[in-house]
Amino acid sequence: MAIRVFLPLLLLFLSSSHLAFSLYEDQVGLMDWHQQYIGKVKHAVFHTQKAGRKRVVVSTEENVIASLDLRRGEIFWRHVLGADDAIDEIDIALGKYVITLSSGGSILRAWNLPDGQMVWESFLSGSKPSKSLLFIPTNLKVDKDNVILVYGNGCLHVISSIDGEVLWKKDLTAEGIDVQQLIHPLGSDIIYAVGLSGLSQFDACQINAKNGELLKHESATFPSGFSGEILSVSSDTFVASDATQSVLVLINVRDSGISFQQTFISDLVQDFSGTAVVLPSKLTGIFSIKTNAFIVFIKVTDEGKLEVVDKIDHGATVSDALSFLEDQQAFALIQHGDNKIQLTVKQGHDWSNDLLKEGIEMDQQRGLVHKVFINNYIRTDRSYGFRALIVMEDHSLLLVQQGEIVWSREDGLASVIDVTTSELPVEKHGVSVAKVEQNLFEWLKGHVLKLKGTLMLASPDEIAEIQKIRLKSSEKSKMTRDHNGFRKLLIVLTRAGKLFALHTGDGRVVWSRLLHSLRKSEGCDYPNGLNIYQWQIPHHHALDENPSVLVVGRCGCSLDAPGVLSIVDAYTGKELNHLGAVHSIVQVIPLPFTDSTEQRLHLLIDADQHAHLYPRTHEALGIFQREFANIYWYSVEADNGIIRGHVLKDNCILEVADEYCFSTRDLWSIVLPSESEKIVATVTRKSNEVVHTQAKVMAEHDVMYKYVSKNLLFVATVAPKAIGGIGLVTPEESWLIVYLIDTVTGRILHRMTHHGSQGPVHAVFSENWVVYHHFNLKAHRYEMSVIEIYDQSRADNKDVWKLVLGKHNLTSPVSSYSRPEVVTKSQSYYFTHTVKNIAVTSTAKGITSKQLLIGTIGDQVLALDKRFLDPRRTVNPTQAEKEEGIIPLTDSLPIIPQSYVTHALKVEGLRGIVTVPAKLESTTLVFTYGVDLFFTRLAPSRTYDSLTEDFSYALLLITIVVLLVAIFVTWILSERKELQEKWR
Amino acid sequence: MAVKKSSKSILLKLSLLLFCFSLLSSALAITPGTGDGYSINGRVKIPSLGAKGFGLPGKLSNVKVILNGAQRVTFLKHDGYFSFHNVPTGTHLIEVAANGYFFSPVRVDVSARNPGKVQAALTENRRGLTELVLEPLREEQYYEIREPFSIMSLVKSPMGLMMGFMLIMVFLMPKLVENMDPEEMKRAQEGVPSLANMLPGTARS
Repeated sequence: MAIRVFLPLLLLFLSSSHLAFSLYEDQVGLMDWHQQYIGKVKHAVFHTQKAGRKRVVVSTEENVIASLDLRRGEIFWRHVLGADDAIDEIDIALGKYVITLSSGGSILRAWNLPDGQMVWESFLSGSKPSKSLLFIPTNLKVDKDNVILVYGNGCLHVISSIDGEVLWKKDLTAEGIDVQQLIHPLGSDIIYAVGLSGLSQFDACQINAKNGELLKHESATFPSGFSGEILSVSSDTFVASDATQSVLVLINVRDSGISFQQTFISDLVQDFSGTAVVLPSKLTGIFSIKTNAFIVFIKVTDEGKLEVVDKIDHGATVSDALSFLEDQQAFALIQHGDNKIQLTVKQGHDWSNDLLKEGIEMDQQRGLVHKVFINNYIRTDRSYGFRALIVMEDHSLLLVQQGEIVWSREDGLASVIDVTTSELPVEKHGVSVAKVEQNLFEWLKGHVLKLKGTLMLASPDEIAEIQKIRLKSSEKSKMTRDHNGFRKLLIVLTRAGKLFALHTGDGRVVWSRLLHSLRKSEGCDYPNGLNIYQWQIPHHHALDENPSVLVVGRCGCSLDAPGVLSIVDAYTGKELNHLGAVHSIVQVIPLPFTDSTEQRLHLLIDADQHAHLYPRTHEALGIFQREFANIYWYSVEADNGIIRGHVLKDNCILEVADEYCFSTRDLWSIVLPSESEKIVATVTRKSNEVVHTQAKVMAEHDVMYKYVSKNLLFVATVAPKAIGGIGLVTPEESWLIVYLIDTVTGRILHRMTHHGSQGPVHAVFSENWVVYHHFNLKAHRYEMSVIEIYDQSRADNKDVWKLVLGKHNLTSPVSSYSRPEVVTKSQSYYFTHTVKNIAVTSTAKGITSKQLLIGTIGDQVLALDKRFLDPRRTVNPTQAEKEEGIIPLTDSLPIIPQSYVTHALKVEGLRGIVTVPAKLESTTLVFTYGVDLFFTRLAPSRTYDSLTEDFSYALLLITIVVLLVAIFVTWILSERKELQEKWR
Repeated sequence: MAVKKSSKSILLKLSLLLFCFSLLSSALAITPGTGDGYSINGRVKIPSLGAKGFGLPGKLSNVKVILNGAQRVTFLKHDGYFSFHNVPTGTHLIEVAANGYFFSPVRVDVSARNPGKVQAALTENRRGLTELVLEPLREEQYYEIREPFSIMSLVKSPMGLMMGFMLIMVFLMPKLVENMDPEEMKRAQEGVPSLANMLPGTARS
């Protein structure tokens, strides 16, 4: 009877659990981590003159403008601009505003230096795209305002630095000049603009700074033409190279006119051959050119002669000039040595004298120095010291001072391309874990503190203590596999071609490696990484081997560029094997077969429609031949609107016999009418997704069978007119068509049209459903739609007698060739936000209910129960449906703030969401990347299979102790009572 | 009442601004811009900002205003004003991304026929806007609030239930047994063979 009373109570308690993912504020950081980055630095401006916080303002290739603490490298403030709002230049005006010029010279913004608040924004219009220049003269005032000079889109603008008002604007396209340099001699009211018109005419203009009046315009033609930029060496001398890139042209602009002076590079540099490029720099009286073997520094003497001052190795990097004292200029030069770099600071006019020469130990994995910025400070002995901000090949940022690296930032992690995971090594016998486990007393003390915390009896000090214990839990950052599968390695490929392994426990970098195959080399000028695949996941018999990953890249951007491959050990980061410049790689298909060492077979499709098998072993070939006829794949040509299915045909017919190469043939093709449809999104199921059951039990003991197929492709097309984005089309001329296509047969299983809808479409495919996000132009709101697909041919297997007598067709194989009878159900709901990405949670066995993870425009990740996107929702569900858990239909999806996975944080510049199942069925790991990284653990249906983090063991212990005491006391009492009874 | 007041104060501020800068008089409107497009000017107002704990100066600077789903992104000035330039005619969507607040996206019609007039509506509740002043619909609380310690929560927990049940068994059952009629008790005892009687050696009489 006791049990009968107790059970409903317990059930009542359990069922009161919440629908959504939710977190208490003190649980932040327990199972999640968040890292902030900025990306590869393009420009840096130091702000160190005044007392107080010393800072450096940087702009990056991720369109980030940030102010960093110069002492520690932390971010004071940061803004991520829009995706097509690339920053052209930055500077500091009035000592308090950071000025950014972006969007190809059309948007100028001023940010308050201390807190990053935008002060003003100016939109600069122009007539045609051109080079964009930002120039802040030190002492030029128009109407008492300090001004900013901007050249962009063919116009010269003079802007007040107080409020961003455009004081005047001069369209220089009328004169046909493409301005290359702006010069403002100190103290004058004249702005000099020099540039080119056409390829061979050099122009010099004098413009009145007060009103923009063109005072003087001189031009001269240089018959053999210029190539590249014009460099200013002094206020009236410029350098350029001619069209053949073998002659240097010194240009003098005097009152008497423009004069050209040619010097053959071969006359200056002895063993010169080929071409030379004038390196952009801002030095006075000196410039550098880059030949195929050297960087040559050339000085322009007062008489207008060129003089080679030094010749250094190819890989050197030069900074811009820094003015210090009154008239001195310095610049930094970095050369590479073995395991170290050599920083030299030289004085502008005196080459032989080094202001500073330091050797700095440098990690080989950071690669070459790409950029250097210098800043000076005054040492305690009143002499000048220099610090250098260095940007490395792997996009990391370092501050170097007095021969030491003061701080470094791994900013390569701001541009993650692809992510995969790897298990950690199994805990070996003999490995002591003693230091991890605390002694019993401390353990108990910790739990008593926790108990106090949950009972809200703890003092603030104790709360801090509890938080520290929880966050520092050494359990989560151990380097071995755990029982629940929470600890893993995230293998991350960045745009710099560097591979990082991050620990899921605390997000630290376990190892990092700059891949050989993705570095610039002789045969491969612009390598870029594409994807990572799991190459080898050792199981039972191959457990001694380390897991490894396959990194696929390409030399250049075009599809037919040669590919590069690397196989990297996931535990150590060692590059086990790399293949450079193989065949082109259009598509990589991981096959569901592994060889005896658990290496996964991969099929790489090249631009000529040949399939190449990897690994190139006979064993792999043997396995592959057995499955030869069962391999199907598809390709999508989004531009032409063609979807094709392919199969293997035979060995390749090449000049050199290659038994790992196969020719292919087209099996089917779907050609969409290009005048009415344009493919905007295609999505398939994840190949490693696990589905627990095909049957879905409905209310009233009805069963539906999910159509679960790995070969389903979701395709969304829109009207060609509607491709441009919101605000350009009317609802009448826009439509969205979605298809479900079987990729083996090319059969279209389902087709549906949304009239008045348009892209962008973001979709996710899981089990037997697709959820996609699109824009409804009629309501002018975003919509999320769901399509569920069910197998009707199995629907009549409900009869128990049929099952008993074996007359069911449940065991009949699922084949794409048997024409399936499918039923689809679909429904649409409004969704408030613009979406950047959608993913779905995945668990080990697929039993746990699913949640959609929606990356919103605010760079947050929202977890939304799949139950909200159930086509069976109705406005008034019946009692039976309610019991089944069907939510009454509402026109829009709810946004519950507590169900933001990222809680109060933002993953700036969000680009991808990856979910990985943990071993514990209830839990899934979520990794979100963009400019920031965020990792957390989710339990879509709460942790029903384990105790929660805040489970109080102490309370349990105390309960048991109290119960024991109670038993003892009552026993004594009853004994005494019995004795008394007997005496009576 | 309060709403009315605040809107009045905006108007007041607006008229002040009108005096100060002729440029800002076009704020909160759509104006024909230079070039081929129009400008959309508006203002984001977060009422409780500053009154609350996290009303630090850094807060407003982290608000982004987004046009047409990330086609363009802009930021707020210290007074909350924002503008988009060179916007073509058509129906556009403006979203505000501010951590901690829920903003409804706003549809804005830009047409060549009536420049200077705002045609805007919140898409969430279809409420029209007379001027482009965007206010959050609600604040977003990302964390569950820990309920303070209460006896009920302890009692409701499984362990509390267990303890409660034990207490009932220990203290209430004997009372119930005591209150029973002795005869009835005997009958009950006779009906159920006592465990003690079945064990050898313990039988007393």
